[in-house]
Amino acid sequence: MVVKVYGPDYASPKRALVCLLEKGVEFETVGVDLLKGEHKAPEYLKLQPFGSLPVVQDGDYTLFESRAIIRYYAEKYKDQGTELLGKTIEERGLVEQWLEVEAHNFHPPIYDLVLKIVFGPFIGLTPDPKQLKESEDKLCQVLDIYEERLSKSKYLAGDFFSLADLSHLPFTQYLVGKIGKEYLIRDRKHVSGWWDDISSRPSWKKVLELWPGLY
Amino acid sequence: MGVKLYGHPMSSCTVRVMACLYEKGVEFELVPVNMFAGEQKMPDFLAKNPFGKIPVLEDGDLTIFESRAITEYISKKYHAPATDDLLRSDSPEESIAVRVWVEVESHHFQPAMSPIIFQHFVAPLQGKAPDQAIIDDHLAKLAGVLDVYEARLGKTKYLAGDFFSLADLHHFPYMFYLMKTPWAAAVTDRPRVKAWWEGMCGREAFKKVAEGMKFEK
Repeated sequence: MVVKVYGPDYASPKRALVCLLEKGVEFETVGVDLLKGEHKAPEYLKLQPFGSLPVVQDGDYTLFESRAIIRYYAEKYKDQGTELLGKTIEERGLVEQWLEVEAHNFHPPIYDLVLKIVFGPFIGLTPDPKQLKESEDKLCQVLDIYEERLSKSKYLAGDFFSLADLSHLPFTQYLVGKIGKEYLIRDRKHVSGWWDDISSRPSWKKVLELWPGLY
Repeated sequence: MGVKLYGHPMSSCTVRVMACLYEKGVEFELVPVNMFAGEQKMPDFLAKNPFGKIPVLEDGDLTIFESRAITEYISKKYHAPATDDLLRSDSPEESIAVRVWVEVESHHFQPAMSPIIFQHFVAPLQGKAPDQAIIDDHLAKLAGVLDVYEARLGKTKYLAGDFFSLADLHHFPYMFYLMKTPWAAAVTDRPRVKAWWEGMCGREAFKKVAEGMKFEK
């Protein structure tokens, strides 16, 4: 039975999609329309009680939370496709560290910008410029740390591509596109080089081609 | 050279790691970081964690920050055969559930809890009055999360299954502090969440960590 990924048109599910492509795992997708509220329908809440995307169904198992999903598949298929977790327990520790950095430091301000600027028009939300500036400033502080890190290390966890870098793809794509803040990346030489590297991977190009969503 | 943990015994993220170190029986040295003096923003500390946050773990040549990355590392590195694996790596079904509910704590429980704890305990220490609007807003979010937990714990003894795991452990610090606020009823009004919490409080690792958790200057 093939792995099913729900909600491919949106950013968080794309973490799962790009991971499965990197690992060479076959999957199907099931559309979920957020703007129609399909994520709050009773049938969906049975799969994901918090009503968030994505959900993955894999035989008898149901998985949710995109970063749980990518960790699971990166471990399960450790011996095929791209190595995404480093080679040792210590390298794995650094992958986890930068994945947590993405989740707790990078994600909140960029999510705020995406929600308000990209989705705001659809949900009748007029962004407050002061709040947008606060989120942009927070994101800049994080990107300054990334710039320093990436001046010493080719990728975030070390000189190897990992889940930590992968996890940044979906929301950063909005930043360089619809949000119109590509300068936040381009103004930082090492972040810019890193972004060009990770976003030109065949897996990410395929995701953009097949599920362009609101990019 | 042993394991060193830089942090503070009342800081929730340090507590999360200490609980894990105690659960896995790992000897460590707690190196206090003086948060009130801003030590975490000084160059020596920023060299360990450029985000200027505690905790940081040093283990041999490895320096690692972000509490949930540290607990994952400890759970793998110090797992002894025939002892309980906090990650349940031997079972696909169990390890999926652990990963999912670790993320639930991280992305649903913590964001609801942390402003409540900050406003109630930390703001007064900084000479500010708690913002009740922020507290009320987040109590409503917390209620939604704990309703999901109440339903879940009707099917399993712990969050990931009928076994204690990292997913439960990660909740310890914020749950501990919640029970010391005027809003502990969020837990005590939900019988399964209450039983789950009380069961965890009986764990030796949690009792040890709780000794250091007092908000005092």
